[in-house]
Amino acid sequence: MKTKIAILALIGVTGIAFAAPQTFDFKDPKGINNAGFKLDAPLEAINGSASGISGTVTFDPENPGASKGKIIVVTASLMLPNPMQKQHMLSDKWLDATKFPEITFESKEFKNVQTSGDTSTADVTGTFTLKGVSKEITVPVKLTYLKNKLGDRVPNQKGDLLVIRASFTIKRSDFNINPGQFEDKVSDTIELTLSIAGASPK
Amino acid sequence: MKRILRVIAGLLIVGAIAFWVATGENRGWTKTHVPKKTVDETTGLEGIQWQDKFVPGVDFLGAALLGAGVLAGISFFIPLKPKQPKIETEQ
Repeated sequence: MKTKIAILALIGVTGIAFAAPQTFDFKDPKGINNAGFKLDAPLEAINGSASGISGTVTFDPENPGASKGKIIVVTASLMLPNPMQKQHMLSDKWLDATKFPEITFESKEFKNVQTSGDTSTADVTGTFTLKGVSKEITVPVKLTYLKNKLGDRVPNQKGDLLVIRASFTIKRSDFNINPGQFEDKVSDTIELTLSIAGASPK
Repeated sequence: MKRILRVIAGLLIVGAIAFWVATGENRGWTKTHVPKKTVDETTGLEGIQWQDKFVPGVDFLGAALLGAGVLAGISFFIPLKPKQPKIETEQ
């Protein structure tokens, strides 16, 4: 009888351990993680990406809706194909990368969570901070939990991966980036995409 | 000198257009970096690697045309070389 109880207790503890939320680190050693941005402009759309991504997300595969985390993008890592445009973008006239070195999104609440297999979709409400201005926005995200797949990405390392994809738009005027100015040259709306993977080593 | 400047202006235009066409007729701004997409097999994520590559755009063409125009313009201010009178030798 004691043995049975011990076995059941062990199974229970193990179950709790498996169901516990995991913390995923989004600093990507492979350099794949990126945040893309696009603004309409008269001659051609301004298309760029940022690679300096870090942050952590706590994710429970059994309860994706309880996830929370913060993703940080280094402003200076924003890249454009045209060097003059890049210089303007990072200058104090636009993003002021020296004074505001980070762009962040911190989640507060997951709503409308739908899970199918290892993939969940949700509307995540959180605080988006750009150029020192913080605003609450809701972003549709897709989370894919890849159990025991870290080793496929980083040799000799065991663990899980969490892939996050999101596409949303913001207005630069909401974040004090030349509000009401140059709209004939650069659109007010900025399309953002996030394609990132985080690792949870075991 | 007049002729040399005009020839250089012509060559500048032809050369710039040929280079622009050869590099893909980019009708946007000049680029010094181009994005190369890579797919991570494990996660399926599409990453972007920026590669150093010069791709001339319409501003490059504009600068070449302006340069050629300046050279051609200068050529109009260069006075013609006065003709040397022929010296006839008596036989």
